[in-house]
Amino acid sequence: MSSNEEVDQERRCFLRRATTAVGGIGLAVGAVPFVSYWLPSTDTEAAGEPIEVDISALKPIEQLTVVWRGKPIWLIRRTQAMLDTLPKLNNLLRDPNSEEDQQPSYAKNIYRSLKPEFFIAVGVCTHLGCIPTYRPDVGGVSADWLGGFYCPCHGSLYDLAGRVFKGVPAPKNLVIPPYTYLSDTLVQIGKDKEGTEIE
Amino acid sequence: MSNVTEHATQKRERSIKRWINARFPLQEFWTKHLTHYFAPRNFNFWYYFGSFSLLVLVNQIITGIWLAMDYTPTATEAFASVQHIMRDVRFGWLLRLMHSTGASAFFVVVYLHMYRGLIYGSYRKPRELLWLIGMLIYITLLLEAFTGYVLPWGQMSYWGAEVITSFASAIPYVGKFLVVWLRGDYSVSGVTLHRFFSLHVIAVPLVLLGLVFLHLVALHYVGSNNPDGIDIKTKKDAQGVPLDGIAFHPYYTLKDLVGVVVFLMIFFWVIFYAPTMGGLFLEAENFTPANSMMTPAHIAPVWYMTPFYAILRAIPNKFFGLSAMAAAIALMFVLPWLDRSPVRSIRYKGTCSKVAIVVFVICFIGLGYVGIMPVSPVLSIMAQIFAVGYFAFFLLMPFYTSLETTKPLPERLTS
Repeated sequence: MSSNEEVDQERRCFLRRATTAVGGIGLAVGAVPFVSYWLPSTDTEAAGEPIEVDISALKPIEQLTVVWRGKPIWLIRRTQAMLDTLPKLNNLLRDPNSEEDQQPSYAKNIYRSLKPEFFIAVGVCTHLGCIPTYRPDVGGVSADWLGGFYCPCHGSLYDLAGRVFKGVPAPKNLVIPPYTYLSDTLVQIGKDKEGTEIE
Repeated sequence: MSNVTEHATQKRERSIKRWINARFPLQEFWTKHLTHYFAPRNFNFWYYFGSFSLLVLVNQIITGIWLAMDYTPTATEAFASVQHIMRDVRFGWLLRLMHSTGASAFFVVVYLHMYRGLIYGSYRKPRELLWLIGMLIYITLLLEAFTGYVLPWGQMSYWGAEVITSFASAIPYVGKFLVVWLRGDYSVSGVTLHRFFSLHVIAVPLVLLGLVFLHLVALHYVGSNNPDGIDIKTKKDAQGVPLDGIAFHPYYTLKDLVGVVVFLMIFFWVIFYAPTMGGLFLEAENFTPANSMMTPAHIAPVWYMTPFYAILRAIPNKFFGLSAMAAAIALMFVLPWLDRSPVRSIRYKGTCSKVAIVVFVICFIGLGYVGIMPVSPVLSIMAQIFAVGYFAFFLLMPFYTSLETTKPLPERLTS
């Protein structure tokens, strides 16, 4: 056993740092399985595959709700009168031109859809995930209400293209999922021609 | 029993004690933390709530273990298994209501315990760490309550989980990913329920017990504060016992025992006659099974979270709303460094501090009330006013506590 004077402090310091570094890396790598464990499992992922929806029976103004990835997906057939309300609201909206990345590129238009007639959106409020209510009734939510969506949780308002109004808690427009028309009456939701899979 | 056998019994007991004490510091612990742990002699009503917290913790652990024997943490069976406990399991209703009422009782006693610390300055030097550990206990308790509230898998369980997990989405860049990671699915589902069960019955309680242990270690190291907020350790007798101190056991153990009897009377009165507390402890909406396709008309967290929920809603911007809510909790952590008063207790502080405490209590209860109610323009303005009051109490504290004139401190404890 060597006495205190003979201890090589530099060597000891190096060894301490090396041990800490290697041990730290080991801990970090060891944490990977525990953290990854919380991600959706492969069967949960498989359950989130794209779905096909037949819209042939959908009548004007009607709303069809289907489930994709545990979320409600709305399919609404808008009348010309409903579409005409959209340009009038621009000044009252946070993001009238859909600048925020809440939709695929083909839905970045005033109708926020591929075909103006059919509105397809994820029916989840961008504030805290509640399901807004479809309120096409003019004057229903307030005297100047032209139709849209009202969230009962915290009072957020969206127009008939899912664009959020100013002065409500929700920060963004409703999310438009990736979708494509397989035929005139059959829509695939969850995947589009460009292969976008994430909403 | 004859004198001879009695003597023999005593001798045997002494030798058992000797045997243990040579191997484990049982006697030392008993003396140091009970019979020779001297606490200020002037503890009043407010000093019950620490021991009540401990009592409720034990209640939650025991009833929780029993409930876990019949509860099934899956999306299809969770709701029905709670009904099974309530209707079919012998005394299941009692244990379940002791657990659900215990959750609210926990927050009642913890809020009163924190209020005690607030008025008597129990967070001041040298008890800053004691306060910080206590705050960590409070945060852990909120987590425990939230994960527990999801388990009955009613509408409020589901939508509460949906709303609270989506808080993470406000974090820039990683938010969306983090939400999916937390839920283990693309929306709250049975996967989320099952992991919350795991967190609720083992992970969070372990952390809670660890923190409670540290809280007591810190308490016994620095000693209790008291309603006068003066140090009792500066005046000791020849044996080194504080002149104003009395042994924790038997004096305070017995005092607390009386309190416990009264507490249990009230606790069981609530369990038997008002277990839902008019929708405050168990919300009506939660008697409907979880439905991911239908949001209840009005979502509100349980009463003990509503003050912070009201702050969240008071700000019509998601990111800033959540930041304000986080700040409201964070400010409680830094309380020991905001108070600049030369005295600890409200008894000797000036008028400003007294007014501030009253304003704070009104704002906190006001926020709690607004947070329970559905959104309306009037209530939104009230929430904003109360939120300003809440933040002003903390942020102006360095000024009003250092500028006001305080009363002179007594030499010894007042009775």
